[in-house]
Amino acid sequence: MIRLERVTKSFAGKEGAAAALDGVDLSVAKGEIFGVIGSSGAGKSTLVRLINLLERPSGGDVFVAGERVTEARGERLRALRRSIGMVFQHFNLLSARTVAGNVAYPLELTGEYGKAEISGRVAALLARVGLSEHAGKYPRQLSGGQKQRVGIARALACEPSVLLCDEATSALDPQTTGAVLDLLRQINRDLGVTIVLITHEMDVIRRTCDRVAVLDRGRVVEEGPVTDVFLHPRHPATLRLVREAEPDGGSLDAVAGADLGGRTVRLTFTGPAAHKPILGRIARENLVDYAILAGRVGHIRETPYAQFIVSLSGRDVAGAIAGLRASGVDVELQGGAPLAPPEERPRHVV
Amino acid sequence: MSFENIYWGDIGAALGQTLAMVGGALLLTVIVGLPLGILLFLTGRQQLFQAPVAYGGLSFVLNIIRSVPFIILLIVLMPVTVIVTGTSLGIRGVIFPLVVGTAPFFARLVETALREVDRGVIEASLAMGASTRQTILRAVLPEALPSLLAAVTVTAIVLVDYTAMSGAIGGGGLGDLAIRYGYHRFQTEIMLVCVAILIVFVQLIQASGNRLVAHFSRK
Repeated sequence: MIRLERVTKSFAGKEGAAAALDGVDLSVAKGEIFGVIGSSGAGKSTLVRLINLLERPSGGDVFVAGERVTEARGERLRALRRSIGMVFQHFNLLSARTVAGNVAYPLELTGEYGKAEISGRVAALLARVGLSEHAGKYPRQLSGGQKQRVGIARALACEPSVLLCDEATSALDPQTTGAVLDLLRQINRDLGVTIVLITHEMDVIRRTCDRVAVLDRGRVVEEGPVTDVFLHPRHPATLRLVREAEPDGGSLDAVAGADLGGRTVRLTFTGPAAHKPILGRIARENLVDYAILAGRVGHIRETPYAQFIVSLSGRDVAGAIAGLRASGVDVELQGGAPLAPPEERPRHVV
Repeated sequence: MSFENIYWGDIGAALGQTLAMVGGALLLTVIVGLPLGILLFLTGRQQLFQAPVAYGGLSFVLNIIRSVPFIILLIVLMPVTVIVTGTSLGIRGVIFPLVVGTAPFFARLVETALREVDRGVIEASLAMGASTRQTILRAVLPEALPSLLAAVTVTAIVLVDYTAMSGAIGGGGLGDLAIRYGYHRFQTEIMLVCVAILIVFVQLIQASGNRLVAHFSRK
């Protein structure tokens, strides 16, 4: 649906040109929710603005729906932008227009719709985002979450195939963030809109996205399904972002290097395995004791996961590890010589 | 001092002239100054049509006009005024220099008002497929409306001030009356009445301007 090929973007600064994006290759499939995560200054906002050409790339190509958009200008550019909705961190609503007026704005711009048709579509859009009773209010009378719902309704007005969300929840409190993310997922399910979601919060990615790319200093350093990237972060930038989402930031790694006598392993249970009493059974069968050193439990979208760092000691540690693997548990050895070569994962780390 | 010898008829006529001059000049100032202000805004740094040379040139010309004291501008412009309006006297002769004097000032106020519009709103408008023209007409100007109305109010008051000056070189109006009777004929009471009327007039402009601004404020 969206493809970026060797995209670079540099801004002229006082000390020469500064590269905001440095050879980015990305591919977003139709109908998925694709996350782009990075800390501030990583180039996320620049990246998302290249897709609807609010910024023009300094090099490389951008394709949307198979069409090379990089050179689009004039009426073709405006038609392209109408097919790509955008939601902003600070909502960017027109303060002089009512809620209904804001949602009507993109429809009025096209000049293709009559008044009756516009008001009908506006009513349907406001119903979809749950704001029907606020149609006549002005943005300043709304809460942050309501403003963002207006922003989302407005972005959907021209029935776009792509929705770009630039830190859409960063100005909202945690509860409202959850509600807005749920709304985005519902829109993705109901309308099949491809969503590109920019954020600096791993939690937003974990709850919402199918796949994720990690952006660090203008480069994609890690990319893959959210379960992989979230549970097995490899690049230091990814590790940092995952840790920020942990209540006890970094403890998972703090114990990894400690000398605990036993064999320290990281166990990852995903899907049904997360609910089964696998660890106790295998420990009994192999006469092994385990100490849980650190752990996290939760959901990645609907998929439950549990990840523990466990120190195994006793008679048949190698047998226990083999048994865990056979039960569908992902076992990673922490420190020491590996018992078996680590399996290859279908994802690239730059 | 006595108020028996006040020519109320003359004062009424002068008030009518002042109203006509301020009203006419204000309308033309907005018609001329608004596009100039939009042009300044668009060609300014990091704006939609960033054009340093055009911006610098326009800015320079407007600054020159604004540097000339209005009373001198009136005299300097006289030959041009005669070409444009056929006379340099009366209301017809004075509206042209009034507009030349206030349009650059108003254009600057417009530029400032438009710059205050949230850049995010402009970006959002463009992202929704609006042309620059649509963004200016449907997003930027409505968003800036309260500031623009405040700018019109300030400009109207400056015009009241300028009409008094233009009265001195034959424009008529309350300022002219105040100078002729109050200054040249030592009839202080007529000057006082004229000044009092001007004070009330300015207060009325400011008050109605404030009400309009408040009415259209949505922030």
